[in-house]
Amino acid sequence: MSSLFDRLLGRRHRGSSLTAKQRLQLVLVTDRSNLTPEKLQQMKDEIIAVISKYVNISPDKVKIDVEQRQRDSWLVADIPLRGMTDSSSLREGIEDA
Amino acid sequence: MAARVITVTSGKGGVGKTTTTANLAVALASLGKQVICIDADIGLRNLDLILGMENRIVNDIVDVVEGRCKLRQAMIRHKTMPDLWLVPAAQTRDKTAVSPTQMVEIVKELRNDFHFVLIDSPAGIERGFRNAVAPADEVLIVTNPEVSAVRDADRIIGLIEADARKLPVRLIINRVKADMIRRGEMLSPDDVIDILAISLIGIVPEDEDVLIAGNRGAPDPNSRAGQSFRNIARRLMGEDVPLERLDNSGNLFQRLARLFSG
Repeated sequence: MSSLFDRLLGRRHRGSSLTAKQRLQLVLVTDRSNLTPEKLQQMKDEIIAVISKYVNISPDKVKIDVEQRQRDSWLVADIPLRGMTDSSSLREGIEDA
Repeated sequence: MAARVITVTSGKGGVGKTTTTANLAVALASLGKQVICIDADIGLRNLDLILGMENRIVNDIVDVVEGRCKLRQAMIRHKTMPDLWLVPAAQTRDKTAVSPTQMVEIVKELRNDFHFVLIDSPAGIERGFRNAVAPADEVLIVTNPEVSAVRDADRIIGLIEADARKLPVRLIINRVKADMIRRGEMLSPDDVIDILAISLIGIVPEDEDVLIAGNRGAPDPNSRAGQSFRNIARRLMGEDVPLERLDNSGNLFQRLARLFSG
């Protein structure tokens, strides 16, 4: 049923062309930046280690990727910082008062 | 006249560089331009064959470079299109027989006598490619809507971007099959442009008349491919020719009709 609607609406990406496009986009990231998936993972781990020396972060929430914008490659990082305040130290201040 | 020197290259072999060079040359000549082609594929020459000039070669580009003849003596004029000339490659040598500097010198000699110098590049990224691009003012990249061709085109684009001259690069997507695109089994021109992110100058459909024209040594401007190449020639000359509508999907009603006709 869905393929009927797809054809009526002229949607073409049901076949292998979508796979081809996705594979090409992925392989060109490596081709252009010379960063293999392994090297990229290594770099991510090291970046997380360095940033952790300065601020608290949640490693599992970190997103670091190589993005294609036109013909340029960008290393893009989203790194949420964990709050510095610790509720127990707040309470200490109040109880002392 | 000051020539525009255009190199036709691709990275991948077999995508249609020679076909493109031959057909663009024929189209430009028929539009009143003086055109000379240079076959830079030394050792594997084919432009002479596709243009039907293979049995008139006396001297080739290596003879010129090695001083056995003047450039004028290696220039062959097309029998039926007097505005179209060819400097053939050598068949018994290889790409090391000519250097990029020598290519630039040869083209310099031609710049005042022609409107267009078209250079048919060999496949690859080595010496032959460098020879072909050295004298260029602009580059046309030919690709097919196919994974290997697009990947190789990307590499070539990268190499040309790294060239200090910042040559203008434009893309030709060749051997497009509208039906396969409609079925979602072939990369569309939009897909290819999304991936390669360079300017598109034309799309050429898969056309068996190209093979037939090669058999005869006579590029066919009236074939579907030939007409597309002519449109590219017109765009090269600055004319605003809208891109061919290869996906004739039409409106909803037409799509319905096709759906039920199987």
